[in-house]
Amino acid sequence: MSLLEIFFFYHAIVIVTLAAFIITRSNPVHSIVLMLILFFHIAGLYLFLDAEFIAAIQVLVYAGAILVLFLFVVLLLNLKAEMASRLYIIRWPLGIIVISMLLIVMFAGVKSFVPGPKGDFTIQLIAQETHTAAIGRVLYTKFLFPFEVASLLLLVAIVGAIVLAKKHIKT
Amino acid sequence: MVPLQWYMYLSAALFSIGVFGFLTRRNIIMMFISIELMLNGVNISLVAMSHYLQDPRGQILTFFVITVAAAEAAIGLAIIISVFRNKETVHVDELTESKG
Repeated sequence: MSLLEIFFFYHAIVIVTLAAFIITRSNPVHSIVLMLILFFHIAGLYLFLDAEFIAAIQVLVYAGAILVLFLFVVLLLNLKAEMASRLYIIRWPLGIIVISMLLIVMFAGVKSFVPGPKGDFTIQLIAQETHTAAIGRVLYTKFLFPFEVASLLLLVAIVGAIVLAKKHIKT
Repeated sequence: MVPLQWYMYLSAALFSIGVFGFLTRRNIIMMFISIELMLNGVNISLVAMSHYLQDPRGQILTFFVITVAAAEAAIGLAIIISVFRNKETVHVDELTESKG
């Protein structure tokens, strides 16, 4: 087994194990801290795939912003009583049936997957003009309209979050 | 060289764990965390495809997925706060007002 495969297997095993731990913890704070470790491992996997910009975004936005938001909300709500009651819905074995069928379908799909023709985004190109510049050029030319739509989506999210979370003051 | 299929199996496994958490947990915050797991599973698949097919579009799509995840987390957590303020619960099986 080569070094690359050992590296991949380390990340794969840690990611799957942490994910299984995350969805079974009773305390959401524990889940969120485990999620932080999971996100760093996913970022490591992205670095392994020559996607430095995506790895940086993963750490900055997911680990830095989204998880802190989750942590704030969990600390804002008083979940002492909720943690003591049962964690799963009554019919949780149905979930196992659903995901085993889902896994069968997805694994069969991966097995019969045939990759399409290769593009021109080669490692030489990335090394020549750095990953962020290469991604940025595509993002600001070919995908300019989706980029603008994404900025509008974030604006709507900011306004919506404030409107939903603010206290209604009776006048 | 690690084959592309391994990344896709990993992605499928992470996605399925997320689906299980989303379907079975009662706590709405844990359901949101499961959604984040599912999105990350898809992202792994997209970045791996982008690398192996030498096409930047997969990574662009990952960028948009992360944007949507940030927006979804902000809106969703605001909804959780307002639900908790009104109902004093975060368990989804106790929120049955819109049941017919």
